[in-house]
Amino acid sequence: MNKRLNVRKTHKMFINGKFVRSESERTYNWNSKQIKTSINICQASRKDFRDAIISAKNAFPSWKSKTAYNRAQIIYRCAEIIEGRSPQLIEELALQGISQSKAVTEVKQTIDTLVYFAGWADKYNQIFSTVNPVSSPYFSFSVLEPTGIIVIIPSEKSGLLGILGGIIPTIIGGNTCVTLMPQDYPLCAASLAESLHSSDVPPGVVNIITGFQSELLEHFATHMEVNGLIYFGENIDTITAIEQNASQNLKRVSICHDKDWMYNDSLHPYSILRTQETKTTWHPIGY
Amino acid sequence: MILSNTKIDAIGIKERVARLQSRSIKATSKQQALNLALSMIDLTTLEGRDSPNKVRQLCYKATHLHENFPDLPNVAAICVYAPLVKTARHALQGSNVKVASVATAFPSGMSDIDSKLDEVKRAAEDGANEIDMVISRGRFLSGDYNYVADEIQKIKEVCGSAHLKVILETGELVTLDNVRIASELAIQSGADFIKTSTGKVQPAATPEVTLVMMQAIRDHYIKSGKLVGLKPAGGISKSKQAIQYLVMLRETLGQSWLNPKLFRFGASSLANDILMQIVKQNTGIYQSTDYFSLD
Repeated sequence: MNKRLNVRKTHKMFINGKFVRSESERTYNWNSKQIKTSINICQASRKDFRDAIISAKNAFPSWKSKTAYNRAQIIYRCAEIIEGRSPQLIEELALQGISQSKAVTEVKQTIDTLVYFAGWADKYNQIFSTVNPVSSPYFSFSVLEPTGIIVIIPSEKSGLLGILGGIIPTIIGGNTCVTLMPQDYPLCAASLAESLHSSDVPPGVVNIITGFQSELLEHFATHMEVNGLIYFGENIDTITAIEQNASQNLKRVSICHDKDWMYNDSLHPYSILRTQETKTTWHPIGY
Repeated sequence: MILSNTKIDAIGIKERVARLQSRSIKATSKQQALNLALSMIDLTTLEGRDSPNKVRQLCYKATHLHENFPDLPNVAAICVYAPLVKTARHALQGSNVKVASVATAFPSGMSDIDSKLDEVKRAAEDGANEIDMVISRGRFLSGDYNYVADEIQKIKEVCGSAHLKVILETGELVTLDNVRIASELAIQSGADFIKTSTGKVQPAATPEVTLVMMQAIRDHYIKSGKLVGLKPAGGISKSKQAIQYLVMLRETLGQSWLNPKLFRFGASSLANDILMQIVKQNTGIYQSTDYFSLD
């Protein structure tokens, strides 16, 4: 019998619950020093981004109206799946130049982050909603509602925790999102997507694309269908470009730093607030 | 009535459609096509819950497509149920937008000929410029072509000056051969337009049936020199689809048909999608339905 050939993985993007290549058929070459080989990663075009936005838009109404309890169950399920897939994720992180022990820690922290935010799903609204003291015969109360379609540009420094650290607080609050993988750490995209896919996260709630931030940034910030944008990073030019372009339809822009996704500082419900809007209702009080 | 007995090559039609749909369109042509498609729309509301105000709102939209682009053409017509023709007529006073009325027990056509004639007469008297009638599909499928042809002729007589569009409801005709026969029946019985669907049956307009109908129109033109119009309706909601239909139209029937007098789209949400595309072409920014009127 001939020597067996290894079946190697095609690194695809995740749009509308499907694993797709870029419609432009472009890829970029990603090199691993560890295995001295190069891997082809899809290079998303603005059309891929637009497709992702359409799917996020379509997924939003039903994801938003799911019960918080149900959203929590789905995210918790995702933690279960990632726990089972830990070895694969550790291997992928290691391929990207992260030491074995750090990779193990990052995967564990990722799982714990998922469980943490799953717990908040049906609680943050109690914490942040208010009954407002008003000096007239009205019952005035403020409650949170998801912002809508969110674009997440995660930190360039992390291939796993940084990604989910942006995605999870966003979707737990009822938003749907499109995320661009960091150009230098794209390898976990497919495994992450597979985990989300098998945790009953509905198609379109999370879309993951790979490619160049420099090429896509303008479209992220200008697309009128996008309601909010989260950027993790320090690049002043990028931040200025985002803020200027986002002003066209008043996207809610959150500029975040590394501590906002790192484990020790990110576990708080305020990260859910980044993509929540406050709705205040004034209701007349009868006598 | 002489039917041509043309048999349709279903696979050939499919391949022809696929080839035409893969045409690439240059940016300038796209801009022209979008404007043309906009001027060909029959803005439609055909729901049981339609009210006079809903119709007025639609008429306003028909004449004010986008405030930032005053040079845009108007849509071709408003398409409503017969009892709402008067409202639409009144709301569209002074504009060049026509009023089309569906009639003859739309969408099923299940009624006797006298009440169908009454309905058409009343719609025409109320000011409808165009009558969209449905054929009796049950009779057609049982082979009673004469009945169907007679019915169309009688209705054509009471239309007066109003144009007659004959809806074949291709979704119920089962085969492309039947679509061809029904097209010929309608054309020879005096239809000014043939129309694919009511929009109430799935599938509604498809490129395949539309191409077959175009060929029937073309063959009739070659034989008689008469230009018959075409209206695909139902399921065309994206600009890209609309442009694909225009490509098919240009390649099958030629330049003369690239005109709202001979080609219409029956649609409700298509107009917004085209507007979004036009704004996108002008600003370079992808648009959101959030910033366009609901319809």
